[in-house]
Amino acid sequence: MSATAVHSLWTMAGGVTSAAPVEKFKAPVIEYTQLAPVLIVIGVAVVGVLVEAFVPRRARYYTQVFLTVVALAAAFAAVVGLAAGGYGTTKAHIAAMGAIAIDGPTLFLQGTILLTSMVAVFTFAERRLDPASHGKHVDSFAAQAASVPGSDSEKAAVKAGFTTTEVFPLVLFSVAGMLVFPAANDLLTLFVALEVFSLPLYLLCAVARRKRLMSQEAAVKYFLLGAFSSAFLLFGIALLYGYAGSVSYAAIANVVDGSVTQIDPALADTMGNDALLLIGGAMVLTGLLFKVGAVPFHMWTPDVYQGAPTPVTGFMAAATKVAAFGALLRLLYVVLPGLAWDWRPVMWAVAIITMLGGAIVAITQTDIKRLLAYSSIAHAGFILAGVIATTPDGISSVLFYLGAYSFVTVGAFAVVTLVRDAGGEATHLSKWAGLGRRSPLVAAVFAVFLLAFAGIPLTSGFSGKFAVFKAAADGGAGGLVVVGVISSAIAAFFYIRVIVLMFFSEPKADGPTVAVPSPLTMTTIAVGVAVTLVLGLAPQYFLDLASQAGVFVR
Amino acid sequence: MSFPLLTATAALPAIGAVATAAVPAARRTTAKWLALVFSLATLVLAGIALARFEPGGDRYQLTESHAWIKDFGVRYELGVDGIGVALMALTALLIPFVILAGWHDADPSPSSQQSSSRGGPNETKPYRWRPTQGFFALILMVEAMVILSFEATDVFLFYILFEAMLIPMYFLIGGFGDRAHTGSDENAAAQRSYAAVKFLLYNLVGGLIMLAAVIGLYVVAGTFSLSEIAEARASGSLSMATSTERWLFLGFFFAFAVKAPLWPLHTWLPNAMGEATSPVAVLITAVVDKVGTFAMLRFCLQLFPEASKWATPVIVVLALISIVYGALLAVGQRDIKRLIAYASISHFGFIVLGIFAMTSQGQSGATLYMVNHGISTAALMLVAGFLITRRGSRLIADYGGVQKVAPILAGTFLIGGLATLSLPGLAPFVSEFLVLVGAFSAYPAAGIIATTGIVLAALYVLVLYQRTMTGPVKAEVQGMADLKVRELVVVLPLIALLLFLGVYPKPLTEIVNPAVQHTMSDVQKKDPQPEVEAAK
Repeated sequence: MSATAVHSLWTMAGGVTSAAPVEKFKAPVIEYTQLAPVLIVIGVAVVGVLVEAFVPRRARYYTQVFLTVVALAAAFAAVVGLAAGGYGTTKAHIAAMGAIAIDGPTLFLQGTILLTSMVAVFTFAERRLDPASHGKHVDSFAAQAASVPGSDSEKAAVKAGFTTTEVFPLVLFSVAGMLVFPAANDLLTLFVALEVFSLPLYLLCAVARRKRLMSQEAAVKYFLLGAFSSAFLLFGIALLYGYAGSVSYAAIANVVDGSVTQIDPALADTMGNDALLLIGGAMVLTGLLFKVGAVPFHMWTPDVYQGAPTPVTGFMAAATKVAAFGALLRLLYVVLPGLAWDWRPVMWAVAIITMLGGAIVAITQTDIKRLLAYSSIAHAGFILAGVIATTPDGISSVLFYLGAYSFVTVGAFAVVTLVRDAGGEATHLSKWAGLGRRSPLVAAVFAVFLLAFAGIPLTSGFSGKFAVFKAAADGGAGGLVVVGVISSAIAAFFYIRVIVLMFFSEPKADGPTVAVPSPLTMTTIAVGVAVTLVLGLAPQYFLDLASQAGVFVR
Repeated sequence: MSFPLLTATAALPAIGAVATAAVPAARRTTAKWLALVFSLATLVLAGIALARFEPGGDRYQLTESHAWIKDFGVRYELGVDGIGVALMALTALLIPFVILAGWHDADPSPSSQQSSSRGGPNETKPYRWRPTQGFFALILMVEAMVILSFEATDVFLFYILFEAMLIPMYFLIGGFGDRAHTGSDENAAAQRSYAAVKFLLYNLVGGLIMLAAVIGLYVVAGTFSLSEIAEARASGSLSMATSTERWLFLGFFFAFAVKAPLWPLHTWLPNAMGEATSPVAVLITAVVDKVGTFAMLRFCLQLFPEASKWATPVIVVLALISIVYGALLAVGQRDIKRLIAYASISHFGFIVLGIFAMTSQGQSGATLYMVNHGISTAALMLVAGFLITRRGSRLIADYGGVQKVAPILAGTFLIGGLATLSLPGLAPFVSEFLVLVGAFSAYPAAGIIATTGIVLAALYVLVLYQRTMTGPVKAEVQGMADLKVRELVVVLPLIALLLFLGVYPKPLTEIVNPAVQHTMSDVQKKDPQPEVEAAK
């Protein structure tokens, strides 16, 4: 390959080399209003950092909670405003110099992420569940994350009643990354967004107040495997750039499906090299499938779900999945549709092993958080079945499923935070025996969530499952539907087992108590139940919304 | 727009369920009366529906249709044919009796009352567990779903109800067990939750397989409305490939065969009926299971006529195995409730045989059978329940000479038993006779084998009666009280109905026959010989 034929970010596609006279610098055009949701969240996150620096300790918690909720609400209002302005449909376009796509899926997913983050943040702010330590109400987070577990400095921090209010700006940074992730329209933006939302998550996983070592272990595992997957993604990006000479989705898509018009010598040299494309594509997919939690890239999920503070688990399980599936959809539907014949068989296999693997391994779990982790893996498989459909219905059904699933998830983890014994949350399943007799309401609510996970009719889980399976069957993936149905049956077994345990077992004498939460967690749970039932009984409005939103701009 | 009678009939028990569940913990009796009133009001509405139904009129009457989930091609469509309206009326009829029979079944047991009022060291307040309210609310919930499923003319709507009714049933079986168990309390609780889980998993797996077929049907037909599918089929715009139709048929049939239950998918029934309280056992076999056989008639035959004909030989064989196997196992049971469960499996074999004989006598007979079996099993099972509650044991060997101490109980038990063995003059005779005639004219060999089921029925019923009611009075049975007023109110109307329909089945056949003719024309079957008015 000659020197001039190498792609370079510093050369222009028209053959202008660095030796040619430098053009006048053109200021980038940024559509600030259309990026408002992201900008609001990131702006307030920065303010949150400043709050940590300048606001007195006792006022920090209230300031942070207020700022976070306002930021998320304002960002959601901005999303609704954009959608009302037609940016989801007729005015959908590529913004910010090709870096961000503002279209239906973007706005739908951003809205979903913001709403789920909002209810998840309520559980972050919950301070009534943990017994007050030294007269101060505390939340689920370590008094001082930097102090070594069991050390004197930790004891001092606990005694002083410190709380880690940094979690709120961290959540906002993470949300900002998640908002960009499904909207990213070039590979570099994708990567930056991935890091922006992942790094705060690694940190959040490590700051549990109880079981700190487990929490730190989870964070390290998550970080190492996450870094590994980032490396895959980055390597894949490099290969795809090497193949197409561009990181922009549209440009790569053109090269992939052969509709590229301007072929410069460098491109002519590489575009025939399928190895670059296939390996690069596979690596990028690997990176995304890791975030989605699909088998065989799911290893981190159970440990991290179990070790992370439960509010963080709920947030991560819901919002990360939404963002990652959004990015996966865009990559497959915008960048690689020309490669569908190559990726579909692979994704078939991944979907099948994800559905079956998640459901089968979940059966043997004895910890409620690990159980929900494996259940989330099985659900990732169901969603993948919709992704594989490669029809407009496929997109909208996945969007709908993500919306339905995320609220159930946040709600379910919120219930987990309520069931406590002396050691904090009682997550071992044996301790949940007889919960239905002690606290019928809490058990009934959790049963609703479990039934929704199991996809029993009249819950959102059924509507979502029906939507993705219908799309998959329409898209010629009937086999996947059969596997999906079988794994649903397997999955039903362990959801039912928890219900049996709660309602039909005698309560144990040393069983956990159910803490009465503040209105914050109650809101989270109530929203979860309401969404579950509304999407189960009358999903039409939301299905309309999803199908209107189900068109990617290119 | 006229009054939505069908919706109201289903909505009333649902409202009743919510109202009953909302009654405060201390007001148990209020909850019971509330549930009873709602179930009686539902019966009135069902009676009105039955009266407004014109046997010679349109195929589906009292129809309602509203848009529901457009994206899934789902409409909220209701309508009843003769079969649907008969089963709806049966359901509405049985529920008040179930509620009355179970009047004390969900009262907190003395031991648990003590423990909750005493308050353990780790609890500051008594359990807020309200079993009584829950029990009656769940029964009404099941009633609402079953009635709506008999009315649904949209496959998706039916499917949702078919699946959703499992959940309240599951709690009824697992949460409220028969106190008359053998062994320790813990052991009984384990058996009960085993039975509940087995019930749920069998039916859920069946339902999920049906889900795949439901989705497949949508991909092929693009709609779930029975009328639209029938129209498309008539106009030729919908044609299923033979193999597709067969796969879809199998998906649907599997679910219904689990529910019905047909051998070899029947094993959940004896567990569930044995562990549940008698009223709940009646709810399972007389009401909920009917949805399975009803759905075979309405959905399997109507949606997949060709595949139904293709599968007939195998299904007839399975039905025959059910008849003989169920009866044989019933003969060998030591537990009264399990005996009745196996008898039911045998009877469900008759129903399926009648449906798939594909003759009009067979199908009319099967429909009548569903109604009559509901009434006769309810009578037998509820009396058996009264008996078991008195003695505290389900084992046949623990009884003897009951007729000397409690003659009315024994007498009603006998009539229930005789109805179960299809004695002429009692309602089940008519239906069993019709099914056999229908089976003979289509498959003579099948008719002959099925007849052995009747012989075996005589055996298991009479032996049961002989061992429990006759002979020397056992010490534990001494001083057993006879039926009380509440129990008589439950049993006597059922027995009267058995006698009435046994002597004069015409009102029922008149409603059912036109519907059967429609189904027969769906599968384009003519009777093998000129129709005989056998039922008159």
